[in-house]
Amino acid sequence: MPPTSPLLLGLELAGAGAHPASWRRADSRAEDLFTAGYWVDALRAAEDAGIDLAFLPDSFTLQTAGAIGRLDAVAIAARAAAVTGRIGLIPQASVTHTEPFHLSKAIASLDFATKGRAGWEVTVSAGEAALFGRKPEQDGRSRWQEADEAVEVVTRLWDSWEDDAEIRDQATGRFIDRDKLHYIDFTGAHFSVKGPSITPRPPQGQPPIAVRAADPHSVRLAVHRADLIRIAAPDLAKAAATRSELRAALAAAGRDPNRVRVLLDIDIHLAATVDAAAAEVAQLEDWLATPAPATVFHIGTPAELRDILREVENECAADGVVLRPLALPAALRHLPALAPTLRERLGLPRPANRYARA
Amino acid sequence: MPEQRPRKQIHLAAHFPGVNHHTVWTDPASGSQIDFDSFVHLARTAERGLFDFFFLAEGLRLREHRDRIHDLDVVGRPDTFTVLNALVAVTTHLGLAGTINTTFNEPFELARQFASLDHLSGGRAAWNAVTSSDAFTGENFRRGGYLDHAKRYTRAHEVVDATRALWDNWPADTLVIDRERGVFARPVTPVHFSSEQFEIDGPFVLPRGPQGYPVQIQAGDSDEGREFAAAKADVIFSAHGELADGQRFYRDVKDRLARYGRDRDDLKILPAAGFVLGDTTAEAHERAHHIRRQQVTPQTAIAFLEQVWGRDLSAYDPDGPLPDIDPAEDVNITRGRVRHAKDPRAIADAWRAKAAAEHLSIRELIIATTARQQFVGTPREVAVEIDRYVQSDAADGFVLVPYLTPTGLDEFVDKVVPELQSLGSFRTAYTGPTLRHHLGLRHPHDSSPANDSTGQSRHGTEGVRAS
Repeated sequence: MPPTSPLLLGLELAGAGAHPASWRRADSRAEDLFTAGYWVDALRAAEDAGIDLAFLPDSFTLQTAGAIGRLDAVAIAARAAAVTGRIGLIPQASVTHTEPFHLSKAIASLDFATKGRAGWEVTVSAGEAALFGRKPEQDGRSRWQEADEAVEVVTRLWDSWEDDAEIRDQATGRFIDRDKLHYIDFTGAHFSVKGPSITPRPPQGQPPIAVRAADPHSVRLAVHRADLIRIAAPDLAKAAATRSELRAALAAAGRDPNRVRVLLDIDIHLAATVDAAAAEVAQLEDWLATPAPATVFHIGTPAELRDILREVENECAADGVVLRPLALPAALRHLPALAPTLRERLGLPRPANRYARA
Repeated sequence: MPEQRPRKQIHLAAHFPGVNHHTVWTDPASGSQIDFDSFVHLARTAERGLFDFFFLAEGLRLREHRDRIHDLDVVGRPDTFTVLNALVAVTTHLGLAGTINTTFNEPFELARQFASLDHLSGGRAAWNAVTSSDAFTGENFRRGGYLDHAKRYTRAHEVVDATRALWDNWPADTLVIDRERGVFARPVTPVHFSSEQFEIDGPFVLPRGPQGYPVQIQAGDSDEGREFAAAKADVIFSAHGELADGQRFYRDVKDRLARYGRDRDDLKILPAAGFVLGDTTAEAHERAHHIRRQQVTPQTAIAFLEQVWGRDLSAYDPDGPLPDIDPAEDVNITRGRVRHAKDPRAIADAWRAKAAAEHLSIRELIIATTARQQFVGTPREVAVEIDRYVQSDAADGFVLVPYLTPTGLDEFVDKVVPELQSLGSFRTAYTGPTLRHHLGLRHPHDSSPANDSTGQSRHGTEGVRAS
């Protein structure tokens, strides 16, 4: 089964960049990392470049190296809602310590503020229990089981109002038809939630849910609940194999594999020439050496990256990609060269010139 | 002749109309209470009127009446933080205040959400901390079980202290950002916060926001609430609108401040108030009467009566006399809001007496008894009256609650604000970037005095506020 065309383009905005030394670049805007200007500029640049989805990573813990500190991802997405117009905003939010009732209304409200452009990347958090002091640290299995319950609660809360529940019936004095509001009455191993939500059903009904499929627990959640499944793979053949496995698992779980998009992470550093890109990455590594990337990566020109994206499509390696710039502001400058043309969006190849010699 | 003190400057805030019978959703001009454009309209109007802040309430469980979801008022609202962060994009100076419950939120998460809002808004965040011990609301939150009633203020104090400890985790010189030497930040020493209800260990994830701490608002009126406000709040949101009552409350709360080493100016008292304007006094009162009848529909009148009687009164005629049957003892028929009737028999007797003396129907009685502080008159009259309350120390200003979403503030800003300015009691421009500047409050970590809104320096106040 070929991927849907054209490829979905995602961009992950991780602080100064995915490389921990990226803040040391002269163009990093490191001084602005805690200001709205940095994030709004980046999201608008991504939108202008034709990026479909912005992923905003998050965590309650401090980074171990590089530029430390992190603004709340849902807050960044909300801050950018009114100053962007097309790009999907997908903040990460962990369910390990946050109440699903709060998450449900936060993402629903982001969907209202963006007029239907919100998503949610479900994550769990390891090593953050002491920051909350409420429950002991859980193992991976327990965290993802809890996440499964949390997603069930959140999605039920989104449905707890029918779309036409607000009636404003002057004759009977009723603002809502309460028969169209529903208690979710969820009881699980980790929490129980009565409902209904205090926030009406959001514009999209169910904002898309993204999950990174990285281990058996997260794969299970992704297969049962995600609209967008993020994967990492060392090469396109491995990615294609993973995609096939996920599609089989989706079918086995009773879901239509064509309604779930598999997105491949690609770590990138773009420059005008291959040599310049390589030299810049060498400088980053010289500042702070990092392990080899665990996924497909591209250090070079935007034109070459376009070739890779075409290959992803041709190899059925993924339905889309999540570009992870090693240095974010540097990458934003080169993104416009990646924007799909109208023909590409229509799935039409660029025709050969009839007069040119073959 | 006694020395005249300088004219006090009025502080104004705008409340986004909430889920109660004051919101007239039947009005043809009434818009969505949930679409983002409604929030944009009210916030921009408040900013055009040079208000200190926009205020958003919170709900964590839908109200119920007679075991079913209450359907007579506006139902449904969005998430506080999400709306406030989104509003930052469409305003430049307006403070953005949100109610966040201390019972159903965790300090670390709250601290990061407020610090994020303060950073992303350039210092415009405010937190109205409310408590709840309610198992009814708790049914939507089962991470840590319910909280014993007596513990709710203990928890509230501890949550505020914990968030302040976290906000203080990065000293002012933590960020270095030295590209040459490769030093982004000095190491952050983890916080160890220990209290009766919390054990928090680890570093915070953000530098202090532009305001040090977001402006702290307190809305409770109990003795515990007043004490909490005196100890920790920057703004108190009172319900004491009537002049003499307001003055008593004002004195009581301001007198408590010294106990905590704080000045009288360190806490601003802003009661909630409605307003109705007209071209003439008579027209304004006529409009006010019409609005009251829209607020208290026949169905709403019966629902209010049922709260006191604790039983189904749907068979009674709202335009007829009060029921002659007695109220049920101790039946709480409405859940999710403050209990209306603590001693139902006494209230029923008082209502019957009032209805008999004034020849009131059920609906007329409810209209009379649920009235709250509001300013009614021409724009000039309303301005003079608001100014009188502030100059006579019944308040430092008001949180205005329009009865219409989202255009309910338009007329006030267009007509009353210029009158307040002509009285010399209200700013003609914002004079600083942050909400603390607007309110004339000290920066909690800055020993130099902040300028208040009259441009005068404040003296005799010491640096770091106790927490």
